[in-house]
Amino acid sequence: MQVGQTGTAGRTGAPRATQRATKHATIKDEVGAMGRTLAEKVYDAHVVRRAEGEPDLLYIDLHLVHEVTSPQAFDGLRMAGRPVRRPDLTIATEDHNVPTTDLLKPIADPVSRTQVETLRKNCSDFGVRLHPMGDDGQGIVHVIGPQLGLTQPGMTVVCGDSHTSTHGAFGALAFGIGTSEVEHVLATQTLPQIKPKTMAVTVDGALPDGVTAKDLILAIIAEIGTGGGQGHIVEYRGEAVRSLSMEGRMTVCNMSIEAGARAGMIAPDETTFEYLKGRPHAPRGADWDAAVEYWTSLRTDDDAVFDKEVVIDAAELTPFVTWGTNPGQGLPLGDSVPDPASFDDPVQRQSAERALEYMGLSAGTPLRDIAVDTVFVGSCTNGRIEDLRAVAGVLEGRRVADGVRMLVVPGSMRVKKQAEEEGLDAVISASGAEWREAGCSMCLAMNPDKLTPGERSASTSNRNFEGRQGPGGRTHLVSPAVAAATAVTGRLTAPADL
Amino acid sequence: MEAFTTYSGRAVPLRRSNVDTDQIIPAVWLKQVSRTGFDKGLFSAWREDPEFVLNQPQYEGAGVLVAGPDFGTGSSREHAVWALQQYGFRVVIAPRFGDIFRNNSTKMGLLPVVLTGEQVEELQTAVEKDPALEVTVDLEKREVRWDGRTAAFEIDDYTRWRLLEGLDDIGLTLRHADAINDYEAGRTPWLPVTL
Repeated sequence: MQVGQTGTAGRTGAPRATQRATKHATIKDEVGAMGRTLAEKVYDAHVVRRAEGEPDLLYIDLHLVHEVTSPQAFDGLRMAGRPVRRPDLTIATEDHNVPTTDLLKPIADPVSRTQVETLRKNCSDFGVRLHPMGDDGQGIVHVIGPQLGLTQPGMTVVCGDSHTSTHGAFGALAFGIGTSEVEHVLATQTLPQIKPKTMAVTVDGALPDGVTAKDLILAIIAEIGTGGGQGHIVEYRGEAVRSLSMEGRMTVCNMSIEAGARAGMIAPDETTFEYLKGRPHAPRGADWDAAVEYWTSLRTDDDAVFDKEVVIDAAELTPFVTWGTNPGQGLPLGDSVPDPASFDDPVQRQSAERALEYMGLSAGTPLRDIAVDTVFVGSCTNGRIEDLRAVAGVLEGRRVADGVRMLVVPGSMRVKKQAEEEGLDAVISASGAEWREAGCSMCLAMNPDKLTPGERSASTSNRNFEGRQGPGGRTHLVSPAVAAATAVTGRLTAPADL
Repeated sequence: MEAFTTYSGRAVPLRRSNVDTDQIIPAVWLKQVSRTGFDKGLFSAWREDPEFVLNQPQYEGAGVLVAGPDFGTGSSREHAVWALQQYGFRVVIAPRFGDIFRNNSTKMGLLPVVLTGEQVEELQTAVEKDPALEVTVDLEKREVRWDGRTAAFEIDDYTRWRLLEGLDDIGLTLRHADAINDYEAGRTPWLPVTL
């Protein structure tokens, strides 16, 4: 039984960013004829056990593992004498700590090296497949799953990493978990879950030229806030979402957690099937046909009810950047740094005051006047091939501005190889940017790629938290296209400004 | 997991919203492979400021952290919970929590308590006025008490029971191994495998 705010899925002609929620409560599960949302269909198909007064036990189809959030979980298994129940549904990679230069040398930082070596030992001891540094399957955990065809519609996917929401782009139910839950999944291939509520974010109309998936998700987060999706699975819908490529959809779902939602989903369609067909782990032959038939059923029924709905008009969107220290503090690039006094809510006002102080910004400064020291392109948000093509497209025939350093870090070794086959690396290097090896890199600065105190970046990553890219560093979240244009001028810039 | 029934002791007011887990424990601390030693990393960037609330001697030894909305947003790092616990916190009170942080807390026995923004503000003000104020967090009765005030909070029955008993999920789940076996037997054959 679920009682909550409701809104109907079928709607027309809505104004921009309307928070749609009717006041009267509906008891959903007691109305047998009522349709289900995409999230509910996937969730229900994975319930192993349901009992009154207890959380559901949910089966997990794919468990992704990396070196940072797993060592204590494997230790827990060892202490209890438990095996990994389904190593064949588990895959590991090295991403957070890995350097993006000199891959053939040992990792210089002994603590990082120990963590990576611990993962290698754990995978070997427990029979888990690992893609180590140097392996052509290595890369950021959320880039390699889709790339290998391991992420498929209708699956449940978890990882000890909040950006697991990325995989929801395929119509999978994918969410981040903590280390205790990592151990639980390793031991049982299940997780106790209380069924989350559902929320629709519908983006009507077409994205204007020059507006990308990253601009869209930054605008959505600014609209609903960093807590707006808490307790919910978000389903992204509408013409603008349907028109996105798989890579754009991954960018959108990736940052669901930045709006507070553990999971974001997009219903699978021809774009999804086209992406998956022929990938190493995708079904083949008769299995493919059966899979597509099932996947096609994975859409929200017309009479299904979401607990909450938000509608956004794509036509009003422009390139979007953040000015503050949480991902909800963003504005169109054409705007200026806001005056904290302009916020009615005292909590938001105080947060803005603190953010401006940390970011070294003054109210009223046009965002286009903000000069950066570093540009970072990469991460599970924007480290895929289309992102690198967008960057190379802007950099072609141009130079990175004097005094600006630009790092371009592919999301995986295969992305890197493909980019090199397409000649993108040559364009990027010729512009003066640094072409690096695959990994999480400056998104969270666990490897040597980091900002120094006071240094300012334009970054295609997902978090502008204080110190995220290095202690004292200042981060502006941007799209790959804006990152490249910013590198050329040294100030926050859209390609159309060049 | 450490059982939780009732905690009585001092509280610390943290007047900040959106305290993300990168602030609670910066990434440099995540490189360790053990479960201990994270207390030193708790709010390590903010603790460099002598004015930061945890550096003020009147709040030493407090077991309750009272923070603004959206506490524990961002990264899934359970290290944030370990750091808070190892520093000495048993309870975090806030108007809203990040979902993953709240979940991680209840797996470890750190109690996340949701009170309204007004109640949190009132409690913070009371603690600032009298840092020695005794705050009681009673999980059995689902209420927070201080200075003659009582504020009720919600927590689902199952999580409350697990916390009161200090039970780990894995042992509870393995009681249902038959149900897992049955489910696995009916899984679609074309689902991907990694080996």
